[in-house]
Amino acid sequence: MIALYATLLIPFGAMLVFAVIGHWKHAGTLNLLVCFATFLTSLQLAIDVFTNGFMITPGQLFYIDAFNVYLILVNALVGLTTSIFSRPYMAYELKIGRVDGGRMRLYHSMFQGFLLTMLVALSTNNLGILWVAVEGATLATVLLVSLYRTPESIEAGWKYFILCGVGIAQALFGTVLVYFAAEKISPGEESTLLWSVLKDHSDQLEPTVLMLAFVFLLVGYGTKIGLVPLHNWLPDAHSEGPTPMSAILSGLLLNVALYAVVRYKMLIEPALNNHLPSYMMMGFGMLSFSVAGILLHHQRDIKRMFSYSSIEHMGLMTFAFGIGGPLATFGALLHMIVHSLTKSAIFITVGHAAHIAGTQKISEIRGLIRTQPAVGWTFLLGTVAIAGFPPFGVFTSEFLLFTATIESMPWLVMPLLIGLAVAFAGLFRHVQPMVFGEPPEGQLPVKANMLPIIFHLFLVLWLGISIPDILANWLDQATIMVVGKGLL
Amino acid sequence: MSYAQLSLMEQLILTLSAMILLTSFLLLAQSRIISLINTFASQGFLLFLGTCLIAQSSGRYHLYISAGMTLALKVFFVPWLLRRLVRRLDIRRDVENVGGPSMIMIAGGALVLFSYYVALPIRELSDLATRNTIAISLAVILLGMLMMITRRKAVAQVVGFMSMENGLFFAAVVSTYGMPMVVELGIAFDVLVAAVLFGIFFFQIRAGIGSLDVDHLNRLHEVDR
Repeated sequence: MIALYATLLIPFGAMLVFAVIGHWKHAGTLNLLVCFATFLTSLQLAIDVFTNGFMITPGQLFYIDAFNVYLILVNALVGLTTSIFSRPYMAYELKIGRVDGGRMRLYHSMFQGFLLTMLVALSTNNLGILWVAVEGATLATVLLVSLYRTPESIEAGWKYFILCGVGIAQALFGTVLVYFAAEKISPGEESTLLWSVLKDHSDQLEPTVLMLAFVFLLVGYGTKIGLVPLHNWLPDAHSEGPTPMSAILSGLLLNVALYAVVRYKMLIEPALNNHLPSYMMMGFGMLSFSVAGILLHHQRDIKRMFSYSSIEHMGLMTFAFGIGGPLATFGALLHMIVHSLTKSAIFITVGHAAHIAGTQKISEIRGLIRTQPAVGWTFLLGTVAIAGFPPFGVFTSEFLLFTATIESMPWLVMPLLIGLAVAFAGLFRHVQPMVFGEPPEGQLPVKANMLPIIFHLFLVLWLGISIPDILANWLDQATIMVVGKGLL
Repeated sequence: MSYAQLSLMEQLILTLSAMILLTSFLLLAQSRIISLINTFASQGFLLFLGTCLIAQSSGRYHLYISAGMTLALKVFFVPWLLRRLVRRLDIRRDVENVGGPSMIMIAGGALVLFSYYVALPIRELSDLATRNTIAISLAVILLGMLMMITRRKAVAQVVGFMSMENGLFFAAVVSTYGMPMVVELGIAFDVLVAAVLFGIFFFQIRAGIGSLDVDHLNRLHEVDR
């Protein structure tokens, strides 16, 4: 219990403190320490939940079970490694004059604010607070997207704000509808918006209202997941902001939005007597997966390219949760972890690569391996991992997903395989010259801390070769939460 | 059951919701920025009145708190902030040519029909007054969205955004007598922060592209050309 409160209060306190001292020259180090503390408490929280089962705080505001606690842990871990990367990166940006003291204050404060809103969204028991926190995550990051104040970044920020705002409004309408359905069970009680209460009564809820609610919720939170055709803001926001922000946006925020959709699916599907939520998720997922793979080919900005790759992977996960069943769900949960780790590692290397070349244009980044082998090789390895090659973890989870698809809907394997091949071709036609090409004259290595990248890739490799028993059991518990039946 | 058999309170609520819908249409067609903000403020005021009436008729007095927050945020704070920004950015006299006003009105009408159609399964659950109000609140949300699509000025888009929020709030009040208090507070806080951020963005856009016309925000493309 204490671990949970600490996990939430540490970033909250840090957010307020950084609003005042964020431009201090050791603020980056302090940020790192704060993230480390959050990581430790969330680890403690995970151990608590793992040994004692789920937990509800007094007042029922927070509810932690196997499903959300592992996401909380991934959140804290990626937050920590990103803060390790962010310290020298932002110091360099400050040195070359792209940001000033005031913006550093904003940056550090909102870095913590963003982590806080995501942790609240993951841990809350109240579906209304879930909405407030997801909207809060948008508000925390919107000024960071436009941090550099270039016309492009302002456009990206505005688009992000407006599109996500409109999208998330649909989700609030969906939440109101769920509350409306729930009120029929026990009128006048405020507890009826609590997940733990609703889950117990899901069979008494009015199906027609819930069906309508799910459509609004999927469109709303789907905007934040970046599902095609609601994805327009995502490549812009991910590419124009500072790179540490791209790493946590791509690695974490998308997961949180997907988590919200899956929670609602768990609630709504048993109450309906059809599989509409599943089919909708499969459709949106498949569409995102295919379209993003094609759009990958046409990108000229390195960060934009990898944000399309994020859309592709989020589409795949949405599809997998849509298929349902223990195998697909287990695979999707695993994919959430490995995608977070790999994608944030890639964005970190991309940040270094952009500093080496002095630009984000794919056509001008050349010869990374010659200039700085560490960056070049990790960049290549990261791309290999995200493309789904063995022995990395992404391969394992995709393999599980494909197996599940063959079991339930064999004919869908073809488009999935084609999509994977298209995305692979798209990634490598751009990455190959960046890594192996001839470096331009006078390109110099930069100071880079490779620790976070190597750590992430190592974890992904480990998960690909053997999933530790403890994690497998844990994911299995989460699978039982989601679909009612375990894999192991 | 006909409308005449409804209690006076319910009839009043229905009238108010019709007026809220009317203000949504006014917002859609209004081309002068200052009038736009005033219309938005009046929509907020109608919302405040509606919330008070529902609080009185249902006996759920915590709704008065929500009504108070609406009054403070939607009638005073946000319009005040927008007016101040308009003054400081010196765009008070700006008139926006709303493209194809008749088409937009027809589209708006179609959206209202659509919301009644969508609300069909819900309204069978509930009594006559709620039936209409849910459909109308959905229509207000969709009209706000339509406004954001058709408008080119950043200020008008923000008004559209806030009017969507009005629709959402109205939906929560009429269908479930408001959300739980902690959620209401959270939502109000989000709206407050959003309003302030919009203000900051106006200055950024103005400094970045030299105008508040979002048509000029056209540098990023899905596929690079």
